[in-house]
Amino acid sequence: MLKLTQNLGQQGLMAVARLGRRFMFLLSTLAGCAGLIRRFHLLIKQLYSVGVLTLVIIVVAGLFVGMVLGLQGYNTLVDFGAEESLGVVVALTLVRELGPVVTALLFAGRAGSALTAEIGLMKATEQLSGLEMMAVDPFRFIFAPRLMAGFIAVPILAAIFNAVGVFGGYLVGVEWVGVDAGSFWSQMQAGVDLQEDILNGVIKSIVFGFIVTWIALFEGYDAVPTSEGVGRATTRTVVQASLAVLGVDFLLTALMFG
Amino acid sequence: MVTRKVEIMVGVFMLLGMLALAVLALRVSSINTWTTPDGYSVTARFENVGGLKPRSAVSAGGVVVGRVTDITYDTETYQAKVTMTLYNDFTTFPTDTSAAILTAGLLGEQYIGLEPGAEEEYLMNGSEIEITQSALVLEQVIGQFIFSQANKSGEEE
Repeated sequence: MLKLTQNLGQQGLMAVARLGRRFMFLLSTLAGCAGLIRRFHLLIKQLYSVGVLTLVIIVVAGLFVGMVLGLQGYNTLVDFGAEESLGVVVALTLVRELGPVVTALLFAGRAGSALTAEIGLMKATEQLSGLEMMAVDPFRFIFAPRLMAGFIAVPILAAIFNAVGVFGGYLVGVEWVGVDAGSFWSQMQAGVDLQEDILNGVIKSIVFGFIVTWIALFEGYDAVPTSEGVGRATTRTVVQASLAVLGVDFLLTALMFG
Repeated sequence: MVTRKVEIMVGVFMLLGMLALAVLALRVSSINTWTTPDGYSVTARFENVGGLKPRSAVSAGGVVVGRVTDITYDTETYQAKVTMTLYNDFTTFPTDTSAAILTAGLLGEQYIGLEPGAEEEYLMNGSEIEITQSALVLEQVIGQFIFSQANKSGEEE
Protein backbone atom coordinates (compact mmCIF):
# COMPACT_ATOMS: atom_id res chain seq x y z
CA MET A 1 0.00 0.00 0.00
CA LEU A 2 2.78 2.37 1.00
CA LYS A 3 4.69 1.38 -2.08
CA LEU A 4 1.67 2.09 -4.26
CA THR A 5 1.28 5.55 -2.77
CA GLN A 6 4.96 6.20 -3.23
CA ASN A 7 4.70 5.08 -6.82
CA LEU A 8 1.78 7.43 -7.41
CA GLY A 9 3.64 10.33 -5.84
CA GLN A 10 6.69 9.61 -7.96
CA GLN A 11 4.61 9.55 -11.12
CA GLY A 12 2.90 12.80 -10.17
CA LEU A 13 6.18 14.56 -9.43
CA MET A 14 7.64 13.35 -12.71
CA ALA A 15 4.61 14.60 -14.63
CA VAL A 16 4.82 18.02 -12.99
CA ALA A 17 8.56 18.22 -13.60
CA ARG A 18 7.98 17.31 -17.23
CA LEU A 19 5.36 20.01 -17.56
CA GLY A 20 7.79 22.50 -16.06
CA ARG A 21 10.56 21.45 -18.44
CA ARG A 22 8.11 21.76 -21.32
CA PHE A 23 7.37 25.39 -20.50
CA MET A 24 10.98 26.26 -19.70
CA PHE A 25 11.87 24.81 -23.08
CA LEU A 26 9.19 26.89 -24.78
CA LEU A 27 10.32 30.08 -23.04
CA SER A 28 13.95 29.52 -24.01
CA THR A 29 12.97 28.78 -27.60
CA LEU A 30 10.74 31.86 -27.81
CA ALA A 31 13.59 33.94 -26.39
CA GLY A 32 15.80 32.42 -29.08
CA CYS A 33 13.34 33.58 -31.74
CA ALA A 34 14.41 37.19 -31.16
CA GLY A 35 16.79 38.25 -33.89
CA LEU A 36 15.85 35.26 -36.03
CA ILE A 37 15.63 37.67 -38.97
CA ARG A 38 19.44 37.84 -38.96
CA ARG A 39 19.63 34.05 -39.23
CA PHE A 40 17.11 34.01 -42.04
CA HIS A 41 18.87 31.29 -44.01
CA LEU A 42 18.28 28.85 -41.12
CA LEU A 43 14.57 29.59 -41.28
CA ILE A 44 14.50 29.09 -45.05
CA LYS A 45 16.20 25.73 -44.70
CA GLN A 46 13.70 24.59 -42.07
CA LEU A 47 10.74 25.89 -44.07
CA TYR A 48 11.97 23.71 -46.89
CA SER A 49 12.28 20.52 -44.86
CA VAL A 50 9.11 21.13 -42.83
CA GLY A 51 6.89 22.82 -45.40
CA VAL A 52 7.89 22.05 -48.96
CA LEU A 53 8.54 18.37 -48.31
CA THR A 54 5.11 18.01 -46.65
CA LEU A 55 3.36 19.64 -49.59
CA VAL A 56 2.83 16.49 -51.65
CA ILE A 57 1.08 14.52 -48.92
CA ILE A 58 -1.07 17.57 -48.11
CA VAL A 59 -2.15 18.09 -51.71
CA VAL A 60 -2.97 14.41 -52.27
CA ALA A 61 -4.81 14.11 -48.95
CA GLY A 62 -6.71 17.36 -49.59
CA LEU A 63 -7.83 16.23 -53.00
CA PHE A 64 -9.14 12.90 -51.75
CA VAL A 65 -10.79 14.32 -48.63
CA GLY A 66 -12.55 16.89 -50.81
CA MET A 67 -13.66 14.22 -53.26
CA VAL A 68 -15.00 11.97 -50.50
CA LEU A 69 -16.84 14.91 -48.96
CA GLY A 70 -18.36 15.71 -52.33
CA LEU A 71 -19.57 12.17 -52.85
CA GLN A 72 -20.83 11.54 -49.32
CA GLY A 73 -22.40 14.97 -49.09
CA TYR A 74 -24.18 14.47 -52.39
CA ASN A 75 -25.52 11.03 -51.45
CA THR A 76 -26.95 12.40 -48.20
CA LEU A 77 -28.24 15.71 -49.54
CA VAL A 78 -29.92 14.23 -52.59
CA ASP A 79 -32.39 12.42 -50.29
CA PHE A 80 -33.65 15.83 -49.17
CA GLY A 81 -33.52 17.33 -52.64
CA ALA A 82 -30.91 19.76 -51.34
CA GLU A 83 -27.95 18.75 -53.49
CA GLU A 84 -27.50 22.41 -54.48
CA SER A 85 -26.13 22.97 -50.96
CA LEU A 86 -23.22 20.62 -51.68
CA GLY A 87 -20.83 23.52 -52.22
CA VAL A 88 -21.46 25.10 -48.88
CA VAL A 89 -21.31 21.72 -47.09
CA VAL A 90 -17.93 20.87 -48.61
CA ALA A 91 -16.48 24.33 -48.09
CA LEU A 92 -17.61 24.76 -44.49
CA THR A 93 -16.50 21.27 -43.45
CA LEU A 94 -13.08 21.85 -44.96
CA VAL A 95 -12.49 25.42 -43.90
CA ARG A 96 -13.78 25.10 -40.37
CA GLU A 97 -12.68 21.63 -39.31
CA LEU A 98 -11.07 19.17 -41.65
CA GLY A 99 -8.57 21.55 -43.22
CA PRO A 100 -6.80 22.66 -40.05
CA VAL A 101 -7.18 19.34 -38.19
CA VAL A 102 -6.17 16.89 -40.93
CA THR A 103 -3.30 19.17 -41.95
CA ALA A 104 -2.05 19.26 -38.36
CA LEU A 105 -2.37 15.46 -38.02
CA LEU A 106 -0.50 14.84 -41.27
CA PHE A 107 2.06 17.45 -40.29
CA ALA A 108 2.60 15.69 -36.95
CA GLY A 109 3.13 12.38 -38.73
CA ARG A 110 5.29 13.67 -41.56
CA ALA A 111 7.25 16.61 -40.16
CA GLY A 112 6.81 16.29 -36.38
CA SER A 113 8.24 12.79 -36.18
CA ALA A 114 11.15 13.83 -38.40
CA LEU A 115 11.87 16.80 -36.14
CA THR A 116 11.84 14.64 -33.01
CA ALA A 117 14.11 12.03 -34.58
CA GLU A 118 16.51 14.70 -35.79
CA ILE A 119 16.75 16.50 -32.46
CA GLY A 120 16.83 13.22 -30.53
CA LEU A 121 19.71 11.95 -32.63
CA MET A 122 21.53 15.27 -32.19
CA LYS A 123 21.18 14.74 -28.47
CA ALA A 124 22.19 11.06 -28.60
CA THR A 125 25.33 11.87 -30.57
CA GLU A 126 26.01 14.80 -28.21
CA GLN A 127 25.87 17.39 -30.95
CA LEU A 128 23.75 19.65 -28.76
CA SER A 129 26.34 19.56 -25.97
CA GLY A 130 29.02 20.11 -28.59
CA LEU A 131 27.28 23.27 -29.76
CA GLU A 132 27.03 24.52 -26.19
CA MET A 133 30.74 23.81 -25.70
CA MET A 134 31.45 26.07 -28.65
CA ALA A 135 29.27 28.76 -27.06
CA VAL A 136 26.62 28.36 -29.76
CA ASP A 137 23.18 28.57 -28.25
CA PRO A 138 21.17 25.58 -29.57
CA PHE A 139 17.94 27.39 -28.72
CA ARG A 140 18.80 30.20 -31.08
CA PHE A 141 20.31 28.11 -33.85
CA ILE A 142 18.49 24.78 -33.65
CA PHE A 143 15.12 25.15 -31.95
CA ALA A 144 13.97 28.69 -32.75
CA PRO A 145 14.17 28.33 -36.57
CA ARG A 146 12.32 25.01 -36.39
CA LEU A 147 9.54 26.33 -34.16
CA MET A 148 9.13 29.38 -36.37
CA ALA A 149 9.10 27.24 -39.51
CA GLY A 150 6.32 25.03 -38.12
CA PHE A 151 4.42 28.13 -37.04
CA ILE A 152 4.59 29.55 -40.59
CA ALA A 153 4.26 26.32 -42.57
CA VAL A 154 1.11 24.82 -41.04
CA PRO A 155 -1.28 27.71 -41.86
CA ILE A 156 0.06 27.75 -45.43
CA LEU A 157 -0.34 23.99 -45.72
CA ALA A 158 -3.86 24.19 -44.30
CA ALA A 159 -4.82 26.90 -46.79
CA ILE A 160 -3.50 24.75 -49.65
CA PHE A 161 -5.35 21.72 -48.23
CA ASN A 162 -8.60 23.72 -48.17
CA ALA A 163 -8.22 25.06 -51.68
CA VAL A 164 -7.35 21.65 -53.10
CA GLY A 165 -10.17 20.05 -51.09
CA VAL A 166 -12.76 22.46 -52.45
CA PHE A 167 -11.45 21.70 -55.92
CA GLY A 168 -11.81 17.96 -55.20
CA GLY A 169 -15.39 18.52 -54.04
CA TYR A 170 -16.03 20.47 -57.23
CA LEU A 171 -14.58 17.67 -59.36
CA VAL A 172 -16.86 15.03 -57.86
CA GLY A 173 -19.90 17.19 -57.21
CA VAL A 174 -20.08 19.12 -60.47
CA GLU A 175 -18.07 17.16 -63.00
CA TRP A 176 -19.06 13.67 -61.93
CA VAL A 177 -22.46 13.51 -60.21
CA GLY A 178 -23.72 16.64 -61.93
CA VAL A 179 -24.66 19.30 -59.40
CA ASP A 180 -25.23 22.62 -61.16
CA ALA A 181 -21.93 24.53 -61.18
CA GLY A 182 -23.60 27.91 -60.68
CA SER A 183 -25.49 26.92 -57.56
CA PHE A 184 -22.46 25.00 -56.25
CA TRP A 185 -20.37 28.18 -56.21
CA SER A 186 -23.07 30.70 -55.37
CA GLN A 187 -24.36 28.71 -52.38
CA MET A 188 -20.78 28.34 -51.22
CA GLN A 189 -20.11 32.04 -51.53
CA ALA A 190 -23.34 32.91 -49.77
CA GLY A 191 -22.72 30.46 -46.94
CA VAL A 192 -19.02 30.96 -46.19
CA ASP A 193 -17.99 34.07 -44.36
CA LEU A 194 -14.48 35.48 -44.72
CA GLN A 195 -14.09 36.51 -41.10
CA GLU A 196 -16.26 33.94 -39.36
CA ASP A 197 -15.12 30.84 -41.21
CA ILE A 198 -11.90 31.37 -43.14
CA LEU A 199 -10.13 33.59 -40.64
CA ASN A 200 -11.09 31.30 -37.75
CA GLY A 201 -9.78 28.34 -39.73
CA VAL A 202 -6.47 30.12 -40.24
CA ILE A 203 -6.27 30.95 -36.53
CA LYS A 204 -6.90 27.30 -35.73
CA SER A 205 -4.12 26.11 -38.01
CA ILE A 206 -1.69 28.65 -36.55
CA VAL A 207 -2.41 27.31 -33.06
CA PHE A 208 -2.07 23.70 -34.26
CA GLY A 209 1.23 24.41 -36.02
CA PHE A 210 2.57 25.92 -32.86
CA ILE A 211 1.42 23.01 -30.65
CA VAL A 212 2.64 20.23 -32.94
CA THR A 213 6.07 21.79 -33.47
CA TRP A 214 6.45 22.53 -29.79
CA ILE A 215 5.64 18.95 -28.79
CA ALA A 216 7.90 17.53 -31.52
CA LEU A 217 10.88 19.68 -30.53
CA PHE A 218 10.43 19.09 -26.82
CA GLU A 219 10.13 15.32 -27.19
CA GLY A 220 13.36 15.30 -29.16
CA TYR A 221 15.07 17.53 -26.63
CA ASP A 222 13.79 15.47 -23.70
CA ALA A 223 14.44 12.06 -25.31
CA VAL A 224 16.53 9.42 -23.56
CA PRO A 225 19.76 9.65 -25.59
CA THR A 226 19.77 6.07 -26.86
CA SER A 227 18.48 4.67 -30.12
CA GLU A 228 15.55 3.11 -28.25
CA GLY A 229 14.81 6.39 -26.48
CA VAL A 230 14.74 8.32 -29.76
CA GLY A 231 12.35 5.76 -31.22
CA ARG A 232 10.05 6.08 -28.26
CA ALA A 233 10.21 9.86 -28.34
CA THR A 234 9.16 9.81 -31.99
CA THR A 235 6.15 7.65 -31.20
CA ARG A 236 5.23 9.91 -28.29
CA THR A 237 5.41 12.95 -30.55
CA VAL A 238 2.89 11.55 -33.01
CA VAL A 239 0.51 10.30 -30.30
CA GLN A 240 0.67 13.37 -28.10
CA ALA A 241 0.59 15.88 -30.91
CA SER A 242 -2.43 14.19 -32.50
CA LEU A 243 -4.33 14.04 -29.22
CA ALA A 244 -3.41 17.63 -28.37
CA VAL A 245 -4.60 18.81 -31.77
CA LEU A 246 -7.94 17.04 -31.43
CA GLY A 247 -8.46 18.28 -27.87
CA VAL A 248 -7.50 21.87 -28.63
CA ASP A 249 -9.67 21.73 -31.74
CA PHE A 250 -12.71 21.04 -29.60
CA LEU A 251 -11.84 23.96 -27.30
CA LEU A 252 -11.27 26.34 -30.21
CA THR A 253 -14.47 25.23 -31.94
CA ALA A 254 -16.44 25.78 -28.74
CA LEU A 255 -14.90 29.25 -28.42
CA MET A 256 -15.35 30.27 -32.06
CA PHE A 257 -18.63 28.68 -33.12
CA GLY A 258 -20.14 27.62 -29.78
CA MET B 1 24.47 26.21 -46.69
CA VAL B 2 21.13 27.00 -48.21
CA THR B 3 21.19 26.39 -51.93
CA ARG B 4 19.41 28.41 -54.59
CA LYS B 5 17.06 25.52 -55.27
CA VAL B 6 15.89 25.33 -51.67
CA GLU B 7 15.25 29.07 -51.61
CA ILE B 8 13.25 28.91 -54.82
CA MET B 9 11.21 25.97 -53.54
CA VAL B 10 10.39 27.82 -50.32
CA GLY B 11 9.43 30.86 -52.36
CA VAL B 12 7.11 28.73 -54.49
CA PHE B 13 5.67 27.20 -51.33
CA MET B 14 4.90 30.63 -49.84
CA LEU B 15 3.37 31.78 -53.14
CA LEU B 16 1.18 28.67 -53.27
CA GLY B 17 -0.01 29.39 -49.75
CA MET B 18 -0.93 32.98 -50.60
CA LEU B 19 -2.64 31.81 -53.77
CA ALA B 20 -4.67 29.27 -51.80
CA LEU B 21 -5.71 31.94 -49.30
CA ALA B 22 -6.68 34.25 -52.14
CA VAL B 23 -8.75 31.47 -53.72
CA LEU B 24 -10.47 30.84 -50.40
CA ALA B 25 -11.19 34.53 -49.89
CA LEU B 26 -12.38 35.31 -53.41
CA ARG B 27 -13.80 32.11 -54.78
CA VAL B 28 -15.11 30.33 -51.69
CA SER B 29 -16.33 33.20 -49.55
CA SER B 30 -16.68 35.93 -52.22
CA ILE B 31 -15.24 39.10 -50.83
CA ASN B 32 -17.97 41.28 -52.42
CA THR B 33 -20.54 40.22 -49.86
CA TRP B 34 -18.13 41.23 -47.14
CA THR B 35 -17.28 44.73 -48.31
CA THR B 36 -20.71 45.96 -49.33
CA PRO B 37 -20.77 48.62 -52.06
CA ASP B 38 -21.94 52.13 -51.20
CA GLY B 39 -25.62 52.64 -50.81
CA TYR B 40 -28.35 54.33 -48.85
CA SER B 41 -30.08 52.81 -45.89
CA VAL B 42 -33.81 52.22 -45.60
CA THR B 43 -35.80 50.70 -42.75
CA ALA B 44 -38.90 48.55 -42.66
CA ARG B 45 -40.96 47.08 -39.82
CA PHE B 46 -42.24 43.51 -39.91
CA GLU B 47 -44.49 41.51 -37.60
CA ASN B 48 -42.18 38.54 -38.02
CA VAL B 49 -38.87 38.33 -39.84
CA GLY B 50 -38.64 34.54 -39.73
CA GLY B 51 -35.15 33.35 -40.63
CA LEU B 52 -33.94 36.65 -42.05
CA LYS B 53 -30.34 37.44 -41.08
CA PRO B 54 -27.98 40.37 -41.50
CA ARG B 55 -26.36 40.10 -44.96
CA SER B 56 -29.47 38.47 -46.40
CA ALA B 57 -30.26 39.69 -49.89
CA VAL B 58 -32.74 42.43 -50.77
CA SER B 59 -34.01 41.84 -54.25
CA ALA B 60 -36.40 43.43 -56.71
CA GLY B 61 -37.59 41.36 -59.64
CA GLY B 62 -35.11 38.65 -58.67
CA VAL B 63 -32.09 40.97 -58.92
CA VAL B 64 -30.09 41.69 -55.77
CA VAL B 65 -30.36 45.45 -55.15
CA GLY B 66 -29.14 45.54 -51.55
CA ARG B 67 -28.33 43.73 -48.32
CA VAL B 68 -29.90 43.57 -44.86
CA THR B 69 -27.50 45.30 -42.48
CA ASP B 70 -29.24 45.12 -39.12
CA ILE B 71 -32.26 43.55 -37.43
CA THR B 72 -33.53 44.83 -34.09
CA TYR B 73 -36.73 44.55 -32.10
CA ASP B 74 -38.72 47.73 -31.54
CA THR B 75 -40.24 47.56 -28.07
CA GLU B 76 -42.64 50.45 -28.77
CA THR B 77 -44.46 48.98 -31.72
CA TYR B 78 -43.57 45.36 -30.87
CA GLN B 79 -42.30 44.80 -34.35
CA ALA B 80 -38.98 43.75 -35.81
CA LYS B 81 -37.13 46.64 -37.39
CA VAL B 82 -34.97 45.72 -40.37
CA THR B 83 -32.36 48.13 -41.68
CA MET B 84 -31.15 47.47 -45.19
CA THR B 85 -28.69 49.11 -47.54
CA LEU B 86 -29.84 49.60 -51.12
CA TYR B 87 -27.03 50.08 -53.61
CA ASN B 88 -26.52 53.47 -55.21
CA ASP B 89 -27.20 52.01 -58.65
CA PHE B 90 -30.84 51.67 -57.67
CA THR B 91 -32.04 55.01 -56.31
CA THR B 92 -35.42 55.29 -57.95
CA PHE B 93 -37.68 53.19 -55.76
CA PRO B 94 -41.01 55.01 -55.20
CA THR B 95 -41.96 55.81 -51.58
CA ASP B 96 -44.90 53.40 -51.71
CA THR B 97 -42.66 50.43 -52.52
CA SER B 98 -43.71 47.37 -50.56
CA ALA B 99 -41.37 44.90 -48.89
CA ALA B 100 -42.11 41.22 -48.30
CA ILE B 101 -40.01 38.52 -46.68
CA LEU B 102 -39.82 35.66 -49.13
CA THR B 103 -38.14 32.29 -49.17
CA ALA B 104 -35.89 31.03 -51.95
CA GLY B 105 -37.28 27.60 -52.69
CA LEU B 106 -39.32 25.63 -50.20
CA LEU B 107 -36.74 25.50 -47.41
CA GLY B 108 -34.12 27.92 -48.72
CA GLU B 109 -32.69 31.19 -47.46
CA GLN B 110 -35.05 34.03 -46.68
CA TYR B 111 -34.70 37.37 -48.40
CA ILE B 112 -36.56 40.65 -48.77
CA GLY B 113 -38.42 41.16 -52.01
CA LEU B 114 -39.24 44.74 -53.02
CA GLU B 115 -42.26 45.53 -55.17
CA PRO B 116 -42.07 49.08 -56.60
CA GLY B 117 -45.13 51.31 -56.20
CA ALA B 118 -46.37 54.22 -58.27
CA GLU B 119 -45.50 57.37 -56.27
CA GLU B 120 -43.54 60.18 -57.90
CA GLU B 121 -41.15 60.57 -54.97
CA TYR B 122 -38.29 58.20 -54.33
CA LEU B 123 -36.97 56.45 -51.22
CA MET B 124 -34.01 58.26 -49.69
CA ASN B 125 -31.42 57.58 -47.02
CA GLY B 126 -33.32 57.02 -43.76
CA SER B 127 -36.80 56.57 -45.24
CA GLU B 128 -39.07 53.83 -44.07
CA ILE B 129 -40.95 51.34 -46.20
CA GLU B 130 -44.53 51.48 -44.93
CA ILE B 131 -46.14 48.52 -46.67
CA THR B 132 -44.64 45.28 -45.47
CA GLN B 133 -45.55 41.62 -45.45
CA SER B 134 -44.15 39.29 -42.81
CA ALA B 135 -42.33 36.04 -43.28
CA LEU B 136 -44.42 32.97 -43.85
CA VAL B 137 -43.87 30.72 -40.85
CA LEU B 138 -44.58 27.19 -41.96
CA GLU B 139 -45.90 26.03 -38.58
CA GLN B 140 -48.44 28.87 -38.44
CA VAL B 141 -49.65 28.17 -41.95
CA ILE B 142 -50.10 24.48 -41.21
CA GLY B 143 -51.77 25.36 -37.92
CA GLN B 144 -54.26 27.65 -39.67
CA PHE B 145 -54.95 25.01 -42.27
CA ILE B 146 -55.70 22.33 -39.68
CA PHE B 147 -57.84 24.82 -37.72
CA SER B 148 -59.94 25.73 -40.76
CA GLN B 149 -60.36 22.06 -41.70
CA ALA B 150 -61.56 21.27 -38.17
CA ASN B 151 -64.01 24.21 -38.33
CA LYS B 152 -65.39 22.98 -41.61
CA SER B 153 -66.02 19.44 -40.39
CA GLY B 154 -67.60 20.92 -37.22
CA GLU B 155 -70.09 22.92 -39.32
CA GLU B 156 -71.03 19.91 -41.38
CA GLU B 157 -72.10 18.03 -38.32
